[in-house]
Amino acid sequence: MTLTIRALMGACALGALATAASAETNITVATVNNGDMVRMQSYMDDFYAQHPDIKVEWVTLEENILRQRVTQDIATNGGQFDVMTIGNYEVPIWGERDWLVPLDDLSDAYDVDDLLPAIRGALSVDGTLYAAPFYGESAMVMYRTDLAEKAGVTIPENPTWTQIKDAAAKMTDKDAGIYGICLRGKPGWGENMAFISAMANSYGARWFDMDWRPEFDTDPWKATLTDYLDLMENYGPPGASSNGFNENLSLFQQGKCGMWIDATVAASFLTDPEESQVADNVGYAVFPNKEGVDNHGNWLWSWNLAIPKSSEKQEAAKAFVEWATSKEYTMLVADKEGWRAAPPGTRQSLYDNQEYLEAAPFAQLTIDTISTATPEKPSVQDVPYVGAQFVSIPEFQGIGTAVGQVFSAALAGQMDADQALSSAQSLTEREMRKAGYEK
Amino acid sequence: MARAVSKPRKLVFTLVAWIIGLAIFFPILWIFILSFKSEGNAIAAPFHVLTSAFTLESYHTVFERSNYLRYFMNSVILSVGSTLLGLIIAVPAAWAMAFVPGRHTKDVLLWMLSTKMLPPVGVLVPIYLIFRDMGLLDSRIGLVFVLTMINLPIIIWMLYTYFREIPGEILEAARMDGAGLKEEVLYVLTPMAIPGIASTVLLNIILAWNEAFWTLNLTAAKAAPLTQFIASYSSPEGLFYAKLSAASIMAIAPILIMGWFSQKQLVRGLTFGAVK
Amino acid sequence: MATKHSRAAARLMISPAVLLLLGWMIVPLAMTLYFSFLRYNLLMPGMEEWTGFLNYQYFLTDPAFIASLINTLLLVGGVLIITIIGGILLALLLDQPFFGQGIVRILVIAPFFVMPTVSALVWKNMFLNPVNGLFAHVAHFFGLPAYDFLAQAPLASIIGIVAWQWLPFATLILLTALQSLDQEQLEAAEMDGASPVSRFFHIMLPHLARAITVVVLIQTIFLLSIFAEILVTTNGGPGVASTNLTYLIYVQSLLQFDVGGGSAGGVVAIILANIVAIFLMRMIGKNLEA
Repeated sequence: MTLTIRALMGACALGALATAASAETNITVATVNNGDMVRMQSYMDDFYAQHPDIKVEWVTLEENILRQRVTQDIATNGGQFDVMTIGNYEVPIWGERDWLVPLDDLSDAYDVDDLLPAIRGALSVDGTLYAAPFYGESAMVMYRTDLAEKAGVTIPENPTWTQIKDAAAKMTDKDAGIYGICLRGKPGWGENMAFISAMANSYGARWFDMDWRPEFDTDPWKATLTDYLDLMENYGPPGASSNGFNENLSLFQQGKCGMWIDATVAASFLTDPEESQVADNVGYAVFPNKEGVDNHGNWLWSWNLAIPKSSEKQEAAKAFVEWATSKEYTMLVADKEGWRAAPPGTRQSLYDNQEYLEAAPFAQLTIDTISTATPEKPSVQDVPYVGAQFVSIPEFQGIGTAVGQVFSAALAGQMDADQALSSAQSLTEREMRKAGYEK
Repeated sequence: MARAVSKPRKLVFTLVAWIIGLAIFFPILWIFILSFKSEGNAIAAPFHVLTSAFTLESYHTVFERSNYLRYFMNSVILSVGSTLLGLIIAVPAAWAMAFVPGRHTKDVLLWMLSTKMLPPVGVLVPIYLIFRDMGLLDSRIGLVFVLTMINLPIIIWMLYTYFREIPGEILEAARMDGAGLKEEVLYVLTPMAIPGIASTVLLNIILAWNEAFWTLNLTAAKAAPLTQFIASYSSPEGLFYAKLSAASIMAIAPILIMGWFSQKQLVRGLTFGAVK
Repeated sequence: MATKHSRAAARLMISPAVLLLLGWMIVPLAMTLYFSFLRYNLLMPGMEEWTGFLNYQYFLTDPAFIASLINTLLLVGGVLIITIIGGILLALLLDQPFFGQGIVRILVIAPFFVMPTVSALVWKNMFLNPVNGLFAHVAHFFGLPAYDFLAQAPLASIIGIVAWQWLPFATLILLTALQSLDQEQLEAAEMDGASPVSRFFHIMLPHLARAITVVVLIQTIFLLSIFAEILVTTNGGPGVASTNLTYLIYVQSLLQFDVGGGSAGGVVAIILANIVAIFLMRMIGKNLEA
């Protein structure tokens, strides 16, 4: 009796396995646990309706872990993932190494020419696209209109750092738990260094001179770091040295920040009435610059889907990438969540859409800042590298993070700006020497 | 406990012990409470947290978002599998060391323990390359092997210390009665060793369940256990305390409950030879 | 007692374990050793070349190296001190008769079952966070400014978190040892008029010596390679204030993908761990000899 049942169950299981194996291609997608990607996972029915023969396995990880996992896998040709979520820092480097499948045969319906030129350029090597953008961003000032009014300050459309500091001072009310300005302080090349590098650009500083000598010992960097520390010490929230994008987002959503200068993509979360307590009172302005420096940080970032050469299921992977970054996907999100939630910053068509422009008050500024970002010339001075809030060389992950640690230590009060800069200078020189840039 | 204890004294000890016990347990209790709150309430001041409404929202979201059952099953398979494999290798070794000690037994044992001191981060890339070439990446078999290897020294040592406490005279008596090696192991030793083995098994399931470096780095989708499940809830965008609490409870509850139910067995063998 | 026959059998029974562990140790170790002499960055394939001791030179002269050594020692030492002293006190307490002994024991051992990543996440966010953490709320309630634990006292915070996880382990072992103490001996001492303090130092503590040695050995093995707690809470910072040797190697080999440099670090760590091991083994050997 029991034996028959077992045999039957076994046969059923085998049968199920066999049909599954013949009918389905399983692809593994590694992604970051950001809101937009998590949302995508709940729309998979739409994808399965179009591609019943593909099954997607998600590996959702926190950003740092994701980055380490996918880099390790692609560099060792491990083949564990069929689609990887990576930034525009990785795409050109990996594309050049021939690690990624070129996306030069996307369907007509995909309309690759609709991609914003700045974003498309950042994801291409010699004109060949190596990743499809899921969402893109620049950086801007987001502030609480109600607090600004209460404090009697107006934040102009193109604020200078002096004006920002003044506004931060007036908005700060520590007894009420309101801090004039929230900025990234958590160490990491993609965390505090993204912001500080952009800020340095707007101060006229640069990472390296034309001979790849680091420039932390120059005046623009000194001014940048001094002002950054000054702003955060006086008007920032406690614990700022461990605040990254997500922590600041949550602080702002809780109404604890007067201003926040960060990625434009944050705006759609800040204005989400379900998540944010201050959804109705958010104003926007261009990334500040220092008086006399005609440069606004030039931040340009996108999260993209790319297919590693090591994948054995490239066709299925491509079908998924097309779906996830298509116009139809944008429509799907708009349909279910409203236009405000559509993944921003990748397609011109979104910004030609009147409905979107009306639903998203931050839309115009987002597209303006993305379009005017010049990662190929991030500073007013000449630079030997590409990249605005990062430097597009493989060593930057390590160097950026190490320098980020030093600046974070300065923010935590362990050292002053001068010590931090000289320590950043010497460690960067050392790493560049080790990597063979400086002779 | 032959000593008579005065009532007031016992009451004082009761009070102190409970306060300390609750203080140590408090972090777990607190996330348990937070897991039943809405995101907005979970970050509020403690008094507000306690008085706000209970909701299953977070558990609902977590279940919807992640394939919890698969992570859970993988955790079970990996921890139980590696413990069983470990036992199969360790029992004979520990038996031999305990009953037929040679001159170098102690050195071998200590050498085994010292293999645990290799920093895993230093050898990840070599192991990753080997696993890639053997097709073991993201496979349960590969991970069971790794987890067995990292816990094997502990298993062997625990069993060794436990076996050593079994008096040798019993074995000799059995041998006098004509018992062979097989009978000796099966009918005499095993029954006496069961408590020690049980405790070893429990400790190793716990260690394997909680191992977060190899399980995270050598898996992608198919073999990923709960450690990866947790990695998708750490520092996301927006408010996340309630969801993180719910996910944490779901990740630790199975092992916590198992631990509580079996704590007597666990404690009995958890001496590592510390008690003579 | 042992015959030739049983010796051979014993060898046979030990050999699978020894061979497997030997392989598990030697294969990666050999590869690590080899890589440590190469200029080998995962992100720059095809550039591998022999560099001699250059990786070692860079690793050993890294300003973070000395700091990480000190941090490793502080971390291991700090946790050991807290868990052993705390464990003895707790064991003494749990050994007393009181109401609800079983339940209190369950409460006390619970942290041992919690995944290190979970416990680090929970402590970092729900307790130590200076804005939304419970400690910050409590501080506000008393009108005090919130203390930013992970920025102002990163290493101490991590020691606290790790000690919380390991306290139950120490307590359990010490408690079992305490319970095996001969009650008559204690009573005799009490009759002789020995004070509780002198009873503790003259009878209990010597009896616990073995158990303490075991706790030190096992915990040191695990504490030397503490990693998840640091990664989750402070990322080794601010600066290098909470970077231990394991974390420094992680930064080299998995953040910078400098496999050569990371391997050199790994070899250094293995050598240092073995020095600690020899030292520990001596101590254990003396104490555990039956």
